[in-house]
Amino acid sequence: MEPLYLARESRVHRLSPEVKIAAVLLFTIVVVVTPREDLTAFAGYTLLIALVAGLARVPAGWLLKRATIELPFVLLAVVLPFTGHGERVDWLGLSLSVDGLYGAWNIFAKGTLGVLASLLLAATTSMRDLILGLDRLRCPTVITQIMTFMLRYIDVLIDDARRMRIARLSRGYDPRFLWQVKAFAVGVGALFLRSYERGERVYLAMLSRGYSGRMPSGSGSKAPAAEWVVSSALPVAAAGIAVAAAVLA
Amino acid sequence: MDDVQAMHIANGIINGPVSAIFIAIAMAGLAVCVWRAKLDLDDRLAPMAGLVAAFIFAVQMLNFQVLPGVSGHLLGGTLAVILVGPWVGALCVSTVLIVQALVFADGGLTALGLNITNMALIGTAAAYLLVALLLRVLPRSSRGLGATALIASVIGVVVAAMGFVAEFALGGTADLSITAVAATMAGTHTLIGIGEGLIAATTVVTVAKVRPDLVYALRAFRAPIRAKAAVA
Repeated sequence: MEPLYLARESRVHRLSPEVKIAAVLLFTIVVVVTPREDLTAFAGYTLLIALVAGLARVPAGWLLKRATIELPFVLLAVVLPFTGHGERVDWLGLSLSVDGLYGAWNIFAKGTLGVLASLLLAATTSMRDLILGLDRLRCPTVITQIMTFMLRYIDVLIDDARRMRIARLSRGYDPRFLWQVKAFAVGVGALFLRSYERGERVYLAMLSRGYSGRMPSGSGSKAPAAEWVVSSALPVAAAGIAVAAAVLA
Repeated sequence: MDDVQAMHIANGIINGPVSAIFIAIAMAGLAVCVWRAKLDLDDRLAPMAGLVAAFIFAVQMLNFQVLPGVSGHLLGGTLAVILVGPWVGALCVSTVLIVQALVFADGGLTALGLNITNMALIGTAAAYLLVALLLRVLPRSSRGLGATALIASVIGVVVAAMGFVAEFALGGTADLSITAVAATMAGTHTLIGIGEGLIAATTVVTVAKVRPDLVYALRAFRAPIRAKAAVA
């Protein structure tokens, strides 16, 4: 399952997963620690994201559509200018709190930049590579192992749920709308067991073929130093923008 | 799966220092879990842990927008605790959160410490303590097991939601009244907890009837009877 992966040929796609994870993580940290008043810094970060998106050949529309995932939390920000305390400004006949406006901006800007950076990572790195990258970043094997199985089982679950639905339909069970939920609720335990037993057989087959808790890394080798340097450009540029904005202000 | 709408704490909702503290707390908690999970993880538990994580992943996509600005979703901690135990269970929930942050851009990367602390550590710990208590108190039947799953889910989810309220009180960047946030979170999550409890109870009871050997909580808390039967 590759929900957000965008198969393209680009320099960003070819980078090793571990350097991309590290770059996105550091970039996000720089964004989060930036004081909310540094508006120029946030403009600079947006430019950086746009640059990387261009290099990775990820269309802006694709990014923006998927960035709507953060909407539920951004809605929290909308009420802040009205409920905030302190100095107030008038805008279109509404009395808004300056502090509240900054608070709303803070949540919106940092949330959006974080989501965009993560989306770029997901768009340019396949799920298998991400797990490999985490493994190379010394993430404990227990976690990468659970992750590997989880990704496999999601497809098993979806397929088994589809089979059970087809089985119900072929026996003349065709309820409308919400009444489908009842059959699903009754079948959820069975779905779990069926998927488990299917997966258990696969797991035992893997064990008997020498699986030891770690996926074979294949042909790819660890990221060369050059890739670390290239990918560090993103967080370094972001930090540069942050410092410059702080000095100018 | 384009319109996944789950949402955890995003970047910027809680300020930097508090986020950093909770990253440290989450790392410490996870380190303990990894250490203990290695003792638990055998050939039966490894695929089960993966399936539980996949199940939680699927279940967390059900998202409830009860009030503007506050959305909640199922957490799945109780199901994990009953099926794979507290240590592996906490790792399952954390894994789901890490994958959602990296692959679905759901929940901020710097807020990962907060999300893991609430949902994987606080939520599962509360659920585990309740499960440990209730399985000893309630009748040894599938009804007792179902009731355990239901009650532990409701309370576990609300306790996890209170984790967010505590973090918001410590380092919320927004100027909202804490009592209002606490009341909305508690109200929303009680309802979510009931929904989650029903799913957890049905699943656990079915698994316990067909493959009781797969249920960690039964192995841990109801084993004596099976041992006696084996001797006789």
